[in-house]
Amino acid sequence: MQFMLLFSRQGKLRLQKWYIPLSDKEKKKITRELVQTVLARKPKMCSFLEWRDLKIVYKRYASLYFCCAIEDQDNELITLEIIHRYVELLDKYFGSVCELDIIFNFEKAYFILDEFLLGGEVQETSKKNVLKAIEQADLLQESQNEDWGGISSDDIL
Amino acid sequence: GDKALDGYSKKKYVCKLLFIFLLGHDIDFGHMEAVNLLSSNKYTEKQIGYLFISVLVNSNSELIRLINNAIKNDLASRNPTFMGLALHCIANVGSREMAEAFAADIPKILVAGDTMDSVKQSAALCLLRLYRTSPDLVPMGEWTSRVVHLLNDQHLGVVTAATSLITTLAQKNPDEFKTSVSLAVSRLSRIVTSASTDLQDYTYYFVPAPWLSVKLLRLLQCYPPPEEPAVRGRLTECLETILNKAQEPPKSKKVQHSNAKNAVLFEAISLIIHHDSEPNLLVRACNQLGQFLQHRETNLRYLALESMCTLASSEFSHEAVKTHIETVINALKTERDVSVRQRAVDLLYGMCDRSNAQQIVAEMLNYLETADYSIREEIVLKVAILAEKYAVDYTWYVDTILNLIRIAGDYVSEEVWYRVIQIVINRDDVQGYAAKTVFEALQAPACHENLVKVGGYILGEFGNLIAGDPRSSPLIQFNLLHSKFHLCSVPTRALLLSTYIKFVNLFPEIKGTIQDVLRSDSQLKNSDVELQQRAVEYLRLSSIASTDILATVLEEMPPFPERESSILAKLKRKKGPGTLPDLEDTKKEKHVDVNGGTEPVTAVNASNVSTPSPSADLLGLGVAPSQNSAHPPSSGGSLLVDVFSDVVPSVAPLAPSAEENFERHMSGHCPLLECCCASPDLPSTEVVTEEPPAVPVHDADELIDKFICKNNGVLFENQLLQIGLKSEFRQNLGRMYVFYGNKTSTQFLSFAPNVICPDGLQSELNIQAKPVDPVIEGGAQVQQVVNIECVSEFVEAPVLNIQFRYGGALQNISVKLPITLNKFFQPTEMLSQDFFQRWKQLSSPQQEVQNIFKARHPMDPEVTKAKIIGFGVALLEGVDPNPENFVGAGIIHTKTIQVGCLLRLEPNTQAQMYRLTLRTSREVVSQRLCKLLSEQF
Repeated sequence: MQFMLLFSRQGKLRLQKWYIPLSDKEKKKITRELVQTVLARKPKMCSFLEWRDLKIVYKRYASLYFCCAIEDQDNELITLEIIHRYVELLDKYFGSVCELDIIFNFEKAYFILDEFLLGGEVQETSKKNVLKAIEQADLLQESQNEDWGGISSDDIL
Repeated sequence: GDKALDGYSKKKYVCKLLFIFLLGHDIDFGHMEAVNLLSSNKYTEKQIGYLFISVLVNSNSELIRLINNAIKNDLASRNPTFMGLALHCIANVGSREMAEAFAADIPKILVAGDTMDSVKQSAALCLLRLYRTSPDLVPMGEWTSRVVHLLNDQHLGVVTAATSLITTLAQKNPDEFKTSVSLAVSRLSRIVTSASTDLQDYTYYFVPAPWLSVKLLRLLQCYPPPEEPAVRGRLTECLETILNKAQEPPKSKKVQHSNAKNAVLFEAISLIIHHDSEPNLLVRACNQLGQFLQHRETNLRYLALESMCTLASSEFSHEAVKTHIETVINALKTERDVSVRQRAVDLLYGMCDRSNAQQIVAEMLNYLETADYSIREEIVLKVAILAEKYAVDYTWYVDTILNLIRIAGDYVSEEVWYRVIQIVINRDDVQGYAAKTVFEALQAPACHENLVKVGGYILGEFGNLIAGDPRSSPLIQFNLLHSKFHLCSVPTRALLLSTYIKFVNLFPEIKGTIQDVLRSDSQLKNSDVELQQRAVEYLRLSSIASTDILATVLEEMPPFPERESSILAKLKRKKGPGTLPDLEDTKKEKHVDVNGGTEPVTAVNASNVSTPSPSADLLGLGVAPSQNSAHPPSSGGSLLVDVFSDVVPSVAPLAPSAEENFERHMSGHCPLLECCCASPDLPSTEVVTEEPPAVPVHDADELIDKFICKNNGVLFENQLLQIGLKSEFRQNLGRMYVFYGNKTSTQFLSFAPNVICPDGLQSELNIQAKPVDPVIEGGAQVQQVVNIECVSEFVEAPVLNIQFRYGGALQNISVKLPITLNKFFQPTEMLSQDFFQRWKQLSSPQQEVQNIFKARHPMDPEVTKAKIIGFGVALLEGVDPNPENFVGAGIIHTKTIQVGCLLRLEPNTQAQMYRLTLRTSREVVSQRLCKLLSEQF
């Protein structure tokens, strides 16, 4: 996978993940172009389209579009299920996730994505394992908050 | 004063900045604070620091160094959570600096016995990312075999991550990862035969490990079908199971279930197509895809059309695909989504052959009338190609193209109408029909300008063939064309003027009428220079030239040389290589192509490259003594200038220039220009595909031997001419600068160098020689650039044939060009252990070639070393236990494959003998390299 974009029906970008090196300018250009293309498509149309020399796989969940760019030889259907699995992970973590969760807890959305996909490839498909990793991190966060509050410590672990 | 900020506030503000950035605003400060957070001991602070870096970092080298430091500490911390964060960061940024810093460490983390599973997963994908950005910085080594064994790991998450890594590495280093095939097959087999609950959380909507299955099937597509019968049988069983399972009733109504199941199915079909060896499976795949063609899920219809398109290119399944023609045509008419219709067009194109061409072309033309604007041009190209390729009857071809122009004139590119003219000119059986048809088409009150162009050109050449009919008498033809003249653009008018002058020759009876038109103010005083000049020149020509001269000057166009259809080239460009099923190569058609061969011969480039040489760095003074030249430059012969200096002209892209060639032939200027240049010594270089001319090739191999271990030097010299070479090679590409020095004080005229590839070599080497100036002044030197692409391994050498006139006598010289297989070597450094491991792998008798021969030169170890390095391999020290022996390793790069190569040279000074042993994975490569190198000592 080359990149993944989450954007709203209004075309607002909510999350972006790039797995290929691009300049900020290029990223913006690609985002603008793709958001336009995808938003213009009608509901019953197929979820795949050719775009430049890539394949775009997208799916809409409520007000959010999840959009992945994959290479020619990559599998479209499994990419569609990557999107679905990511939505399931967010849903499980936030408890029926909505756009606002992703806006205000964007860092969690990124952390979950990093546990699931890394370098553009699936790292861990087990829902349990991904969420376990995130929960452990959350625990670490809480215990640190309890034990040390804002005071810095030289050796935590 | 950020000193006052404590860790918590720092984290808070960095997080806010990130939020602002993600809302779409630019952030140009705060990077330093984020870097500071990395070295915090608090997990949350570190985590936010890493997130900021991952999202926002650009290769600001100063920061990267600091970031790398923090990462290094975390990687060494042995705390799995911190290691995970650090690895995620490397994988997210993936810059070259990071590769330089960590590419060597990550493999160690990956294969270490005590690494936690989750860290292994991250390490595998992190390494994958670094390999993608900087493959040169990721050293292959002992770890690779241990990575392959991760396919057997108990943890399916580890296997999933490792499979991605192995697939990417195996694409570039297939030999190194060969063992992954049998491991992948057995893993896949265990997954597809498992019950849906066996894999617990790795089962996705009743489908066992769909992601891993897809990845394993992708990995297998890096290799040919397994040779070992047991493995092969097991794989076939797996594929059959997948096909069977796809037919079972669904275990869930959820779309996720069907998607996951079909994702595996489609990947399995890709593998079946890739292997292209099991007719049974291919036909089954085709039938199952056929069911999807009418599925209610748009996604499945789309993918079925796409996948079937590749099946159409296999000879085993082509017929099976064809049975679905009606469904596909129906899809073209009824699909509501343009991207699906596009796939249907592609599939029709892919399944087209002689039996159904008329139907498919008719349907495509039909569809074109209503097709979306975005895909019209592509359909036009496809129709044009199919019509040409499968034309039995050329009248059908001409009709089809004229229909194309009528229906979608705006989308008919120049290539298409150039091509129809080429074909009409090359085939005399269709010329009369073409003239009649264009004449009729031009009767329409409003016709597309492209039709005027085609009509003008064809009537100008063949109008005489229909002039007998009083309804299309010369005057009527002329008036018809001229009635369109004023509505046309300048280039078309220019073309029509050329048609008029051709009419003067074809139909002397209307010469007066035409002269009147040319003489009119609107022509002679036209504000466009090109039109004005043509009018003036043509008028003059028609008045002063005798009938004989006119007949010569305005003679019918000679047939065009055959080359790859420019339309096909254009379509390939449009679609990008690989996505277009190449009708020519893949379908193995039995019938002869209608228009003769279409070998992709790169054509002439119109630009002239010549370097007059005022500043002379004389060859004899500079480098020559060390060149060990068989042809020492004679006193008068040090004319070659700058051959060995480092000033190399900027590198131009190796672009085919078919259009430029067309321009030359087709731009309205052609009638006059053509006949001026139509003498046999055309001042341009073409890669000629015919037999080499019957000129003795100068003592072929000796000249070549001289250049095997070096790239520069004098290739040829006689009293008149000196030819110098300077060449550079990188991977499978090369560029050669050929310098022609005129040693005399008289001009060389009609100087025409041709590079000729003997039969067979054409498909192995792509050679494109730029044209050179046809005149070389006395004492001057010109340079010619020759671009070379190695497509596959080859044995023969191309021949450089030079013809020129010197003092009235035609000179003809042929020399072999020293383009040898070893030029495409990339040296490979490796350790002794690796060397011997590979050496043992290449132990089958076909892979090894050995030669024992007598030394022909003094046995100097330093010279030998230099020659081995010059040959292109890396000279490996300390590999052979005997320090007298030489050991080398390298990889031959061709467009299609890479061949790893190991060599060992054992000198025996007492006997004055050498023993040379070569091992590569391909017999012909081993033999060729052994022969080439043996000549050197």
